[in-house]
Amino acid sequence: MQINVTLNGTSRTDEVEPRQLLVDYIRGTGNTGTHIGCDTTSCGACTVLVDGTPMKTCTMFAVQANGKSLTTVEGLKQDGALHPIQAAFKEKHGLQCGFCTPGMMLTGAALLEENPEPSEDDVRWAISGNLCRCTGYVNIVKAVQHAGDLIRES
Amino acid sequence: MTTTADQSHHLNTPPEIGGIGHNVRRHEDARFIQGAGNYLDDVELPGMLHMAILRSPVAHAKILSIDTSEAAALDGVVAVVTGELMAEHNLAWMPTLSGDTQAVLATDKVRFQGQEVAAVIATDPYVARDALGLIFVDYEELPAITSPQQAMAEGAALIRDDKEGQADNLAYEWESGDKDLTDRAFAEADRIVTLETHYPRSHPSPLETCGAVADVNPATGEATIYLTSQAPHAHRTVFALVAGLPEQNIRIISPDIGGGFGNKVPVYPGYVVATAASLLIGKPVKWVESRTENLISTGFARDYHMKGELALNGEGRILGLRTEIWSDQGAFYADAQPTKFRAGLFHIVTGSYDYPAAHVVARGAYTNKAPGGVAYRCSFRVTEASYLIERLVQNAAYEIGMDPAEFRAMNFIKPEQFPYHSPTGFVYDSGDYEGAMRKALGIVDYESLRAEQATARAEGRLIGIGMASFTEVVGAGNSAEYDILGLKMFDSAELRVHPTGKAILKLGVKSQGQGHETTFAQIVAEELGIPSGDVKVVEGDTDNTPYGLGTYASRSTPVAGAATAVISRKLREKARKIAAHLLEASAEDLDWEPGKFFVKGSPDQSVTIQDVAFAAYTNPPGGEEPGLEGVHYYDPPNMTYPFGTYVVVVEVDAETGEWKVNRMIAVDDCGVRINPMIVDGQITGGLTEGFAAATNQFITFDENGNCIGSNFMDYLIPTAWETPRFELDETVTPSPHHPIGAKGVGESATVGSPAAYVNAVIDALAHLGVRNIDMPLLPDRVWSAIQGAQTG
Repeated sequence: MQINVTLNGTSRTDEVEPRQLLVDYIRGTGNTGTHIGCDTTSCGACTVLVDGTPMKTCTMFAVQANGKSLTTVEGLKQDGALHPIQAAFKEKHGLQCGFCTPGMMLTGAALLEENPEPSEDDVRWAISGNLCRCTGYVNIVKAVQHAGDLIRES
Repeated sequence: MTTTADQSHHLNTPPEIGGIGHNVRRHEDARFIQGAGNYLDDVELPGMLHMAILRSPVAHAKILSIDTSEAAALDGVVAVVTGELMAEHNLAWMPTLSGDTQAVLATDKVRFQGQEVAAVIATDPYVARDALGLIFVDYEELPAITSPQQAMAEGAALIRDDKEGQADNLAYEWESGDKDLTDRAFAEADRIVTLETHYPRSHPSPLETCGAVADVNPATGEATIYLTSQAPHAHRTVFALVAGLPEQNIRIISPDIGGGFGNKVPVYPGYVVATAASLLIGKPVKWVESRTENLISTGFARDYHMKGELALNGEGRILGLRTEIWSDQGAFYADAQPTKFRAGLFHIVTGSYDYPAAHVVARGAYTNKAPGGVAYRCSFRVTEASYLIERLVQNAAYEIGMDPAEFRAMNFIKPEQFPYHSPTGFVYDSGDYEGAMRKALGIVDYESLRAEQATARAEGRLIGIGMASFTEVVGAGNSAEYDILGLKMFDSAELRVHPTGKAILKLGVKSQGQGHETTFAQIVAEELGIPSGDVKVVEGDTDNTPYGLGTYASRSTPVAGAATAVISRKLREKARKIAAHLLEASAEDLDWEPGKFFVKGSPDQSVTIQDVAFAAYTNPPGGEEPGLEGVHYYDPPNMTYPFGTYVVVVEVDAETGEWKVNRMIAVDDCGVRINPMIVDGQITGGLTEGFAAATNQFITFDENGNCIGSNFMDYLIPTAWETPRFELDETVTPSPHHPIGAKGVGESATVGSPAAYVNAVIDALAHLGVRNIDMPLLPDRVWSAIQGAQTG
């Protein structure tokens, strides 16, 4: 089947098998920052923004993305500069192994679009669909809040 | 500004050098935050094929027949591999890292649900999985054994009938300590406190599953194997032994690792089959586990049935400890253990306390469950040991009517007793256990909290205060005692300072998120004055790094960190000679401050380390070898012994059995902290895994050996929402034998915290007479304990 998507700002048309998972489609385009962690929509490593909303792509078919705009971690940078959420994850030590990080940052970025000054509980609730095995979440929460500070300051 | 000074740490270097004690922001983050990490599944090679594994649906059965013809005929399938084919190449079985054997692909029987039976290699990963459904295996089911008790019962089916001379299901038997001395201590005791508990089976489940990309060049026979490996050099040697390939033709590349926690220490059948398939087909073969495969077949952890007894005198002094352990090893004894220590380092179970007598008997049983017993974020069974002693100590305090903190204080090993010889043969390097405990108690205002607890009890509310004053033993280890399959547990560092004063550091260990690219560069910065940002750290490629045993058991900092410091110091001494040549002074007349040598008393007569590096290649002194490079293999003189006290405050709902963490205080002492920011990150991660163990994270089996907990909907990992808030603090007691005084920290919190959480819940119910609830403390278990205490 043919699908048309806008991937990180570039529109493209591809032939996909009806059963192909969206995460496999995305990774097949070379955007391997989107990871597969659980296969069951539980861990969020495969999170991308679909028309701005964080979605777990391991249980979506590629064909379901037809006509939609997808943002992956590779599309976070703006005009060659790191997105504030990327800078904040580094500054606040919000990552260790890095495997959950793309999904965490995209979920965090989407939260900040809606709520630029989230409380700790707001962040914890927002990222509760994204698992991290390394950090205990402490610095991820701080990173998302710090990204909010950076966005408000700019 | 990428560096901030942490005022609580003594700093020898300015922020622009960023040596020990600086919160240097991580060098590795740049690629991860941009989605540019290179994990195993990101490896794509030209012509690469994809492998999928058919696994046993039953726990114990004879294989009567395997029909692969339909699968082989499917469009896109290149090959179907069975145990029979592997046996033709003498690869149906492989050695494990603990000296047992493990089936690569089953030939005779399957021994656990999820065991590898056949593999399909296809042009597309979807097709490979399609073909699994076209393989028909005829099984004759046998009774499943799911516990050591069943395994050792009279008439139990023999699981390992493949092993010559194996007459029962005993996997190993091991003891430590002095039985007679311990028996005498118990004979003299005024009181004996006993705890029987099960540390349930869990799984490290890093977010990235395990996998391999094997690329055997048919023309040269050279095998490049990308592997999710915490120990690439050791794995290369195992591959050489298993496959009979010349070791120089095997290159293991461990790319970015998406978490390890012990899961990526063993060699798995999938690695071997992918390599064999690539060898036979002549094309690269990729195999990546699904999450279910990861949970049901690769290195589980714990599953320890423990009995511990403490002998006490009338004043509450501990006289001795007796423990008897049954470990459920699964179908193959496949975890890595140092050869001399069959139950790992469980004999650290005497803990932070001073008493002369201890005796440990540990036995392992084969069962029809997945193999493993890996040290999940722990140094070879230290987690189970720490849990048992800290639970026992808390219960002992209740039995003799003492406050648990004061009971600990009375029995602690005192600072002046170090180096302390434990009754099971360890020599603890340094510690101030009471200091760490008093600090933690001060943070929670312990006395007020106890008063608050009493008031709450009077109102019918259940508040509990639990603690754990753990001692770990990490950093294996000195070569006289520690080896795996005969390989001594040293580690290595190769440092090359380039002409422009920039450096590359190559290590035998392998980061899985611990931040080695930053902290090890900081050690070089500390010792050589080269800014940490100018030091590139390379790991995980056996062709390009010196031999080492890898990253697990918190050994990177104690062993490879020491190697890094030593090689840096060796190069500094060579640099001193070059500096003397440049300054036309004698080497003895030079002083060093981070980054430069100067003539004693004449600070204006100086050369920088960068000047020296350039001269090493352009103007070396006569009689000196050119260059500024070297390698050091560090054989640690002893283990290191991190410690700390964790205090947890909970409130238990008596009506539902639910409990909530109100406070969690962690005071850790891991010796000198190289990068305090990274240390704290390790601790909060470990505290969360301890919380997971205490609350929800466990794998069970039904009576037929079906795994319950085979995906993240059944195997529950804490999210940000449930995870408690943590309050961290520290004491610093350097290791006296480590070149920079560091002890390692990656596992302290996983080791120490489970007992603190559980002790807190038990403490809330202690006045009812409750002394044990097996983990995880699910609400129904807690509720049942309350009901049992009230009715019983």
